[in-house]
Amino acid sequence: MIAYRAGAPVLVSEFLADAQRLVRSFPACTHIVNACTDRYHFTVGLAAALASGRVSLLPSSQAPQMMHQLGAFAPDAICLTDEMDTSLALPRLLYPRESLGANPDDAPATAAMPAVPLVDATQLAAYVFTSGSTGTPLPYRKTLGPLLDCMREGARRLGLGGRKRWAILATVPPQHMYGFEMSVLLALACGHALCAERPFYPADIAAALARLPRPRALITTPVHLRALLGSGVEPPAVDLLVSSTAPLAQQLAAEAERSFDTRLLEIYGSTETGQIAMRRPTHTAAWQLWSGVSLELEADGSWARGGHIEQPTLLPDVLEMTGAESFLLHGRVSDLVNIAGKRSSLAYLNHQLNSIPGVEDGAFFHAAEPSGSHTGVARVAACVVAPGLDAARLLAALRERVDAVFLPRPLLFVARLPRNDTGKLPLAALQSLAAHPNSATPA
Amino acid sequence: MSDQAASLRHPPATANADADALSAEIAGLIVQALNLEVAPTQIAPDQPLYGEGLGLDSIDILEIALVVSKKYGVQLRADSGENTRIFGSLRQLVDYIIAHRTK
Repeated sequence: MIAYRAGAPVLVSEFLADAQRLVRSFPACTHIVNACTDRYHFTVGLAAALASGRVSLLPSSQAPQMMHQLGAFAPDAICLTDEMDTSLALPRLLYPRESLGANPDDAPATAAMPAVPLVDATQLAAYVFTSGSTGTPLPYRKTLGPLLDCMREGARRLGLGGRKRWAILATVPPQHMYGFEMSVLLALACGHALCAERPFYPADIAAALARLPRPRALITTPVHLRALLGSGVEPPAVDLLVSSTAPLAQQLAAEAERSFDTRLLEIYGSTETGQIAMRRPTHTAAWQLWSGVSLELEADGSWARGGHIEQPTLLPDVLEMTGAESFLLHGRVSDLVNIAGKRSSLAYLNHQLNSIPGVEDGAFFHAAEPSGSHTGVARVAACVVAPGLDAARLLAALRERVDAVFLPRPLLFVARLPRNDTGKLPLAALQSLAAHPNSATPA
Repeated sequence: MSDQAASLRHPPATANADADALSAEIAGLIVQALNLEVAPTQIAPDQPLYGEGLGLDSIDILEIALVVSKKYGVQLRADSGENTRIFGSLRQLVDYIIAHRTK
């Protein structure tokens, strides 16, 4: 089988039939924005696109503006979605309500396995997008061959490359590169079963895991892992934990391994490159690179190329090689903003802020200390000159343009940004404003 | 205590006062846990918590779920859209906690 829904298996034959049916319902177009929230629907959509020579676009943000931008990138694009209540800028194709396999009486006369479509390794499978400094998302090509090569390498290193079929539960969306690889492609490339649900609360995560057959893996992030361990919910047996999108604290990794009585492996990668390295944080701080991948370290980041990487990419991280295929991760380059695994840049956020009518001058910045929440998730702050706007209207305008996690906390209205003689904004001056908000002029 | 939910629908004076006190307590928890810049009394009972309104996002929801589970022994679950209803407003969150609390 290929998937589980609420613990019930979905057979490959159903999957192929669902994909075939979806292909028949596609209008004339080459690009499909796949916004399905159900992981099985997403995968059927991906397979249908692959089988019919179409390219999937994976939205990197839920901000309404993203859909406009994808439409500008690919004017013929339609949006495949399984939710009715979103008002979209693109023509919508709603995922069919009932799977063909759901009611055996409705099944086609030929119960035989539909043919497995052959897809060439050189076919362009998808575009993924990152936030560039110009405010327009940058597209990155994902060709099928390199995607599958990367997954087979990753599966091997994670212990998922053998003959045994694993059940894979993920808390990350299939549109995010990590989720795309580890909860969708991993199943397709290596014959594992994906889980349709994307549980959110700790109690739901535990319940969804307990319903799956062994061996089963949980693909998650530090934010969810922390919530799961702190919730008091009884951890079900799991055979592998995987974490990514942000560095995991050593103590948290150790606690996770103890509580779940299993290995925890961490993955390092990026939207542009996909996953490129892993480590077991309780055993070593150093990361092991995928075969063929090389890193070139520079002042403003690290160039990654080779192996499955389709174009050389500057990773916004400060790395240190400890061997030919191993490295330490020291920290992010200062422009990078990573909040609970979603990535943006100060340049991109500033572009969005300053494009809002009524904003005369504005700047996002990293506040000196985390906001103090238990999750340890530091937010990004902003300082703005906008005499005619109040916080509610400004935030509403920002909400249209950027993902909700990047909305500034705190948001400070000032008469003038603390620029120096050369027009630059010293970080210390901004952080001082955040620390002493009463010194800022009220809106 | 399992009658609390029933008594909320046909409230005698004391059950109302209890719910109000709990609502103030939970508002305080939210503000403290998320380090918000509003005072607990500024969170109107029917103001949306998620998205527009108080402006919380999914990271905040997870954090609130954590403090609520620790303090009231309630494990939040998302059953077919109840996710939105629990966090639709402070009042809805309070009602959910009253109905499910074990501490």
